[in-house]
Amino acid sequence: MIPVLFIVIPLVSGLALFFFKNEKPARSFALFSSLISLVISILGLTAFSSGQHLQFAVTWLGFLGSSFSVKVDGMGQVLCLLTAVSYPLIFIATWKNQYRKANNYFALMLLTQAGLMGVFVAMDALLFYFFWELAVIPMYFLCSQWGGEKRIQATIKFFIYTFLGSVLMLVGIIYLYSKTPEHSFSIEAFYKLGKTLSYETQEWVFWLFFFAFAVKMPIFPFHTWQPDLYEQSGSSITMVLSGVMVKMGVFACLRWLLPVVSIASYRWGDVVTSMAVIGILYASLIALKQDDLKRMVAYSSIAHIGLMGATIFSETYVGFQGVMIQMFNHCINIIGMWIVVDMIEKKCGTRKISELGGLAQRAPSLAIFAMVIGLANVALPLTNAFIGEFMMFNGIFSSSVTQYNIVFTVLAGIGIILAAIYILNMIRKVFFGDLKNSTARATDTGWSENFVLSVIVILILWMGVYPDSLLQLTKEISETILSNSDITSLLTKH
Amino acid sequence: MPINYYIFLSLTLFTIGIVGILIRRNAIIVFMCIEIMLNAVNLLLVAFSKMHHLQGAAAMPTAGTDGQIFVFFIMVVAAAEVTVGLAIIVMMFRNIHSIDINFLNRLKH
Amino acid sequence: MQNALQLAWLVPFFPLLGFLITGLFRRQLSKTMIAIVGNAVVFASLLVSVWIFVQVKDGNSYVAEYFNFISAGSLKIPFALQIDALSSLFLLIVTGVSFIIHFYSVFYMKEESREHYGRFFSYMNLFVFSMLLLVMGANFVIMFIGWEGVGLCSYLLIGYWFKNKEYNKAADKAFIMNRIGDLGFLIAMFWILSKTGSFDFAVVFSKASALSTTDVTIITLLLFIGATGKSAQIPLYTWLPDAMAGPTPVSALIHAATMVTAGVYMIARSNVLYSLAPLSQYIIAIVGLATAILAATVALKQNDIKKVLAYSTVSQLGYMFLGLGVGAYSAGVFHVMTHAFFKALLFLAAGSVIHAMSGEQDIRKMGGLRGKLKTTYFTFLVGCIAISGIPPFSGFFSKDAILLSTYEHNKILYVIAIFGTLLTAFYMFRLLFLTFNGNFRGTDEQHHHLHESKAGITLPLIVLAILSFVGGFADIPEIFGKGGNRLTEFLAPVIPLSHGASVSHSTEMMLMFIPAVLVLLVIVYAWYRFKNYRPSEEKGLGKILENKWYVDEFYDKIFVKPLYQLGSFLNKTFERSVVDGLVNGVGKLVNYGSRQIRLLQSGQIGSYILLMVLSMLFVFIIQFFLRK
Repeated sequence: MIPVLFIVIPLVSGLALFFFKNEKPARSFALFSSLISLVISILGLTAFSSGQHLQFAVTWLGFLGSSFSVKVDGMGQVLCLLTAVSYPLIFIATWKNQYRKANNYFALMLLTQAGLMGVFVAMDALLFYFFWELAVIPMYFLCSQWGGEKRIQATIKFFIYTFLGSVLMLVGIIYLYSKTPEHSFSIEAFYKLGKTLSYETQEWVFWLFFFAFAVKMPIFPFHTWQPDLYEQSGSSITMVLSGVMVKMGVFACLRWLLPVVSIASYRWGDVVTSMAVIGILYASLIALKQDDLKRMVAYSSIAHIGLMGATIFSETYVGFQGVMIQMFNHCINIIGMWIVVDMIEKKCGTRKISELGGLAQRAPSLAIFAMVIGLANVALPLTNAFIGEFMMFNGIFSSSVTQYNIVFTVLAGIGIILAAIYILNMIRKVFFGDLKNSTARATDTGWSENFVLSVIVILILWMGVYPDSLLQLTKEISETILSNSDITSLLTKH
Repeated sequence: MPINYYIFLSLTLFTIGIVGILIRRNAIIVFMCIEIMLNAVNLLLVAFSKMHHLQGAAAMPTAGTDGQIFVFFIMVVAAAEVTVGLAIIVMMFRNIHSIDINFLNRLKH
Repeated sequence: MQNALQLAWLVPFFPLLGFLITGLFRRQLSKTMIAIVGNAVVFASLLVSVWIFVQVKDGNSYVAEYFNFISAGSLKIPFALQIDALSSLFLLIVTGVSFIIHFYSVFYMKEESREHYGRFFSYMNLFVFSMLLLVMGANFVIMFIGWEGVGLCSYLLIGYWFKNKEYNKAADKAFIMNRIGDLGFLIAMFWILSKTGSFDFAVVFSKASALSTTDVTIITLLLFIGATGKSAQIPLYTWLPDAMAGPTPVSALIHAATMVTAGVYMIARSNVLYSLAPLSQYIIAIVGLATAILAATVALKQNDIKKVLAYSTVSQLGYMFLGLGVGAYSAGVFHVMTHAFFKALLFLAAGSVIHAMSGEQDIRKMGGLRGKLKTTYFTFLVGCIAISGIPPFSGFFSKDAILLSTYEHNKILYVIAIFGTLLTAFYMFRLLFLTFNGNFRGTDEQHHHLHESKAGITLPLIVLAILSFVGGFADIPEIFGKGGNRLTEFLAPVIPLSHGASVSHSTEMMLMFIPAVLVLLVIVYAWYRFKNYRPSEEKGLGKILENKWYVDEFYDKIFVKPLYQLGSFLNKTFERSVVDGLVNGVGKLVNYGSRQIRLLQSGQIGSYILLMVLSMLFVFIIQFFLRK
């Protein structure tokens, strides 16, 4: 029942929120709902160890061979957990932000959460598609209604990109569906079908799916919607987008791409990995030159996600584990980063790095938090990102599906040097040096901000020192994915 | 008389009607051209009706009569249309003091 | 007494505790409390380290696994600490020198406000923690944690005065240069894992002999890249001189005594691997020697007291690497130890001078300080003698051990290395003479202000001076009597004794004393040269040396600027016009097309009808031709 609760709670409270009149109750109700999801997801973690209540299936659109089948496996658990953790954090961090038509805003946020949860637990392709859209459509409204001046333009770009991706994915899903012998959308049927499809067919399906996922991640060169959108939309929306929603793409690659069309994934692996690695360097280099904090973080996110993309297609057990733990860690870090950026903007009235300076003198606590989060972003040991990136690099390096593993590792490794450069540059220019006009009157963090940032810092350190707690969760599923996408046995057959 | 003669005549009338509509700007003449086109069709319908009747009367006494019924329908509709159309033209003349259809490009705006 | 070593975790734990206390409660605690906590934790570590050292001396060693740090399938990385001869020696050096420097900082930093005082000590404690982790790690990953941790602390401490932009830039530079080296380390680790299946020192070294020479060479070279970053060797050494932006105790602790020796430690630790890769050893020796000479030449013309010391550090590190490169691992470690003593001494004495001069660091504006700063002068002199390698001071023995091995290995390298030691003596005594001899060249106000530092500052100097004097006897060569080479024997469990072609005793004696005599001559020449020093503009080679061979400018032109230009190009041109242009282009095309097609909807009924008729005709014609 737990996966159903994950979906139903935000869905129902989201719909209910449309009927709220005032801002305050809407805000509290949204927080309350997200906290309930969090509690359930934590309880779900304990249930996971005993393996109960994590599955649910009823017939739904039976004439189509589709059923409402949801299940939380290890990977779903990590992602549901991160969704559940991030929502309360986001709500508390932006507690003081004012919104027009706040009830609609919170309603759409919760609907997005329902969609995200659904994507992570869906075990049926049609259901997966349904939730994929459910997560994205409220997002369009959020981005187009609340944000900066050019938000409409940015949203349309986002819309066209993702919509094109979704439609192609739908074509792919329907095609696979028509090929299944029992005409079923269930994931088992797709996995079974994947083993029998010819390479040429797989190739088509691969690109249909991959385009949708690559746009969402995003992988170079499908990324240009992201910086614009992050720059234009409100901070809390950006947090959802970059913290949770981009993980949809990574997640979907692991669940719906590799195991289903494994031969095509193997054959195109080098190309995709090259794209991802180019993206890492490309985005890092661009991040060096960004003056707008939001754009800088956006590009750094592209670089980090690029590393995940490269790891996925190197198909190693350690790499998969690394990607899964890194999805969680990246979410925590980037939300932390956005909170810091949001606070800087609120306190100083600008996001331009060149207009900021000496903030550490006025806001020492914020400087410390920013430093820890920034160092987590550059994957310093004993912060969470180190674990993930270490395992991912290890995965890429030890990959047996590509001959260029060393080249990829080295190039991606240059990315982490560049990350150090732009993050430290940013910290230096924003927090150190002399005060400027914009920062002269800034104040330090307040209680809600301190609370959220402390939680984030604790998570960063906890996951950095004792990552085993999460690694245990994803053990099984990593093996399953690896064995499902095991190409050596398939190659001999074809 | 072979059916071809009727067809050619009808075709000629129809073409005259179309060309008239395309090149004339006077609304009344355009109207008359539409009538010519309708009558070209009527002529054709009657001709074919007669032809079918001659061929099929042995098997079925009413063969081909539906074509003539159509003609009556068309004449009735055309008469109705003429009344409405002329009324519109009159209103148009009252409003813009012209019956030049090139002034009627308001659809664009 | 195997169980006694279970206390090992306390060694890094104390400084971590200190970091948390002084860091989190820096606004609540008084400065005295902060100083007490900050020192007590390091002292506690020192005591435990001594205890451990005594145990190890009895032949114990210990590996403890605390919890699974990372475990994924066959990859198991426990959080494990290791105590053996090498690590226990380093524990002693690190905690010992750190404690002296912490003690010194209490007085040196006393002008700082409470909050920053706390910040300073928390960083220092964090540094000690990271360094201990580096030294005690039982596998490459734990070592890497410490490895990056000290880089972080160095970054934090260099940028300690965060209002100064230049200092922050120096901090960034240190971190990034270290990062470049770290990438080499990281890839070396992956390589090791893929070949041996483990990160554990014990497992890796036991499987080392089964590796192919290519693998070992690549691994060792990659590790060496890591070492060049941390230990400031060519080509990644330029951060260290800039790192002098930090407070002087930091320079002493991090950039002289401990952190920079991490590379030496790491290579000494992996000596099994290096012994299997002669090519790597050769490269290390060359790079080490080149660094030693390069840095020494630059030090000749520097005028900032700390910069001279910084370049001398780089140069001495070069000697350590030379020692490692010729296979004299224990000699390298020995030099780490003696160097820690006398370089910490020199830096702290320099700090005392800077204090006395009210923050002035330019030696051209000093001179004649001997009269007012007696203790500082004598301790500084001890340091200079020690680093120049005059018997029986510590530097003589350690440097001699390295030079002797070099001689056995390669005569040309030996001659160049001797030349380097002469340079060392020259620039160190230039520094000494310019600072303490001759006439005072600063302002009257500074002269008036001149004073000897308080006991809190001079006491550490005296302790270090004694250590600099006696430190060398720890590994006194066998030829001076029985019971020599004790350090080498102590380290034997980790670093196997070499049984190379030994030189005869008479040659050894000669090799010791000829350089010593030459060094003395150089010192006399330096005295003659700088006895009546007048600051003058440098020309020709002097100017190049003063500007550090323009290496920074070169790096700036070759790497930094192009990197930013590339970023700028990608950002402004490529992203906007190519990638985004492609996307927007599709949108624009659709837009343009629809605008053109829109013209058909003119609103003229005639044109609609014409279009209709033409289309009908078109359909008929198509139909007509298709029929045929």
